[in-house]
Amino acid sequence: MLPLEASDLALGRNGRILFDNLAFELAPGDGLLLTGPNGSGKSSLLRLLAGFIRPHAGEIRLDGRPVDPSSSDFRSQLHFIGHANAIKGRLTVRENLEFMTRLAGGGTGHATDPFAIADLFERQGRFLSAGQRRRLALSRLLSAPRPLWLLDEPGVGLDRASIDRLQRAIRDHRAAGGIVIAASHGDVALEQHLVLELGR
Amino acid sequence: MNEVNRVNGMNGMNGALALARRDIRLAFRSAGDSLLGVIFFLVSLSLFPLGVGASADVLARIGSGVIWVLALLAVLLTLDRLYESDLDDGSLELLALSGLPLEIVVVIKCAVHWLTSGLLLVLVSPLLAILMSLPADALWALPLALLLGTPTLTLVGSIGSALLLGSRQGSVLTALLVLPLYIPVLIFGVSAVDGAILGLGAKAPFLILAAMQLAALALAPFATAAGLRLAME
Repeated sequence: MLPLEASDLALGRNGRILFDNLAFELAPGDGLLLTGPNGSGKSSLLRLLAGFIRPHAGEIRLDGRPVDPSSSDFRSQLHFIGHANAIKGRLTVRENLEFMTRLAGGGTGHATDPFAIADLFERQGRFLSAGQRRRLALSRLLSAPRPLWLLDEPGVGLDRASIDRLQRAIRDHRAAGGIVIAASHGDVALEQHLVLELGR
Repeated sequence: MNEVNRVNGMNGMNGALALARRDIRLAFRSAGDSLLGVIFFLVSLSLFPLGVGASADVLARIGSGVIWVLALLAVLLTLDRLYESDLDDGSLELLALSGLPLEIVVVIKCAVHWLTSGLLLVLVSPLLAILMSLPADALWALPLALLLGTPTLTLVGSIGSALLLGSRQGSVLTALLVLPLYIPVLIFGVSAVDGAILGLGAKAPFLILAAMQLAALALAPFATAAGLRLAME
């Protein structure tokens, strides 16, 4: 992953300006933490970077060249963990994970189990608890290597041990040159990170 | 660069197959939902001999029209499960981010939807032709007309259900939006069957049904994908 920059980003929703003149520059290995009160635009910024929402102004550059976040070239370099976990209740954990992995272009052999879901493999998705569902969703971060991680409240519903696992995964990813942008209310800690405070 | 494209292409193929497999598996797991359309079709059709009387002339005269109208409604009934659950649980975002073009996602989802709705109607239709005492020619004409027409119903319906995703009265509005667009399929579907039964030659309506299917296959994925992008904003 090459340096990711954004400049002059502006976005409004429902006739209200969420942010404008927003800019950041991230090098490989950087972690950016988005903070701010509810409704300040953290999720919207992440969805913008994943190409779901178009900014009203500004541009995003990868290695100095402007990119369209909704293009499949850009999207195939990122993992996005949103509020919804994208788990099918009628499929077992193994089937859900296999689908996510193959969709992301990862191999099917699962050597590691970073979020300790192997015990749940044969259980159907609808019988998982909120925290277990979150762990299954987070497992797709490591199912296929993609350099940019966009995490929206990744720690919701997780127990202490799982949060530790998530923090270790983020640390390893950044050590390998990946970029992490996360919105969090403090349950997940990043090391030596940059902070972008929204909604001031 | 070529190497990268080749790898992306293989990933896309892999992802497309994975999606098709997942959707077929889901359709089997919730067989009740999948069979809803065809069961509605059978039950409501069996009301007609009771309602208009078992006179073979009357049934034969209205048979092809009634079967087609009920086929439209049966497909309509199953449309809201095309994209709604995927939008609600976040799977649609996952699909959008997979690098697989949304248009391909739409084609796959429509194909699976047709396998679990239109194809079943095609398979039971000879039985219904007998139930409505249609002449022997209907035994091939009706399934063939449905085979050509029902994919169009799925594809056009897919546009409607994508456009109204997330609106509160979704399924009612989908019906109002989509049913008028089904009228050409109804007209040519009925005239194909009637033409074959009456020996008037049904080549032209069959060809028109096929042409409508091709046009829908070419255009609906783009329109649907645009609707899905809007729904994810």
